[in-house]
Amino acid sequence: MENESLLMSYGLVIGAILISFYNQLKIERELFWSSVRATVQLIAMGFILDAILNIQQPLYLFLILLFMCAVAAIISGNRGKEIPGSHWIAFTGIFTGSLVTFGILYSAGVIQSEARYAIPLGGMIIGNSMKASSLSLNRLIGEMGHQRARIETLLAMGASSKQAALNAVCQSVKAAMIPTVDTMKTVGLVHFPGIMTGFIIAGGSPMTAVKFQLAIMYMMAGATGITCLTVALLAHRQCFTKNLQLLGKFHPAHG
Amino acid sequence: MLTVSNISFSRENPILKSVTFELARGEILVVLGPSGSGKTSLLRCLNRLESIDAGEIFLNETNIETLPVMELRRKIGLVFQTPALIPDTVKENIGVGPALAGDDFSDTACHSLLARVGLGNEYFHRNTDSLSVGERQRVALAQVLANEPDVLLLDEPTSALDPTAILTVETLIQSLHRELNTATVLVTHNLEQAKRFNARTLVLIDGEVFAEGNIHELMESEKNPLLIKFFEGRMDQDPSKKP
Repeated sequence: MENESLLMSYGLVIGAILISFYNQLKIERELFWSSVRATVQLIAMGFILDAILNIQQPLYLFLILLFMCAVAAIISGNRGKEIPGSHWIAFTGIFTGSLVTFGILYSAGVIQSEARYAIPLGGMIIGNSMKASSLSLNRLIGEMGHQRARIETLLAMGASSKQAALNAVCQSVKAAMIPTVDTMKTVGLVHFPGIMTGFIIAGGSPMTAVKFQLAIMYMMAGATGITCLTVALLAHRQCFTKNLQLLGKFHPAHG
Repeated sequence: MLTVSNISFSRENPILKSVTFELARGEILVVLGPSGSGKTSLLRCLNRLESIDAGEIFLNETNIETLPVMELRRKIGLVFQTPALIPDTVKENIGVGPALAGDDFSDTACHSLLARVGLGNEYFHRNTDSLSVGERQRVALAQVLANEPDVLLLDEPTSALDPTAILTVETLIQSLHRELNTATVLVTHNLEQAKRFNARTLVLIDGEVFAEGNIHELMESEKNPLLIKFFEGRMDQDPSKKP
């Protein structure tokens, strides 16, 4: 793409600003600064990626991916602050989901350990795992509170924490899988994923694009499934004390 | 059978203060008190859904804290005020306790428990969503009885029932008690209900045991102005407004 073409595409943002101004929507300033910020961030990222994609040593690549997992775990863990150790739980889930998925794809020869594969695909895997982890934690907290009567009834009859929270864990995992499952159901019918679109625009054959896209989708489904399952199974235990009592934050005071 | 010695329990504020009582096998103890007096918390402590801050609880002379908690909860069964049944058949609900322990629970045993709580065989395959409040309470009772507990804790089991259903459930509790010879703790805020049970009664107000004995005798002999106020139904239900 020529730089002039890029500049011309910015005309769309200017158009949006003018519409806002004309209709007194008062979002011109926010639109302008958001577009400037996006431009600066992406250009900076381009320079950084340029350097990163030249990294040859697998150890450095691993450390970069580990750093990405840690950042994702901080963001995701914040969604589950009610659960003790939510950041470590999120990290374990995201790291496990990403490692297993990446390992299988690497062993199967779908991807290579070069930076130009590992970093962008790793980012996609980790980003999706983070979303799954956040959704899983968020839903689990809601379900533990919503189902507290049922959970305590089971506990009172001699259930383990896993038996008592099984339904809440299932709901949490199902909720975290919804975006991935729905995407797989509608791909090619409702939307064309970014990778496939980009590949075709860059001149690749549609069938090769489809093969890559399928590999990416399986990768996402695997990472999401492993992550949310790990997170929900680890997190539900933290909702109980060592004496198998539901934490006070999940039930109201009793008379 | 059950010995409760000086137990205290608090959350943000003290809820139970040095509560002490004993309960023998085959005995019913009524715990009577206004709303917010700590009655439910007492039952939750006995079932170890809450941990006490001080004192000791013994079941058959064994400190309950030394027993595996899952095993203890099968021995001290708790029926909640509002039953939380699984959206499934009555049979599946009654068999939950044995299933959790990995034990078999036969259809015959289920039919027998249904009969014990006064529900006919036609309830066996009924979904719990279609049951009335009273029927749900009976299923919850059968559910706990399936674990064959030594001690049965009943938390206001008739609070959501209409007057006719209340009397039926009270009769059921008394007949079950005679049949099974369990030690039973019945929690209620209803003085009339306590009188109908005519059993040893523990009056709990603001987390403290104010009196213990037969309810009729207590009402005749009591000199404590707070208790007289409670017996006369003049006590504010809000514990924060202590008289």
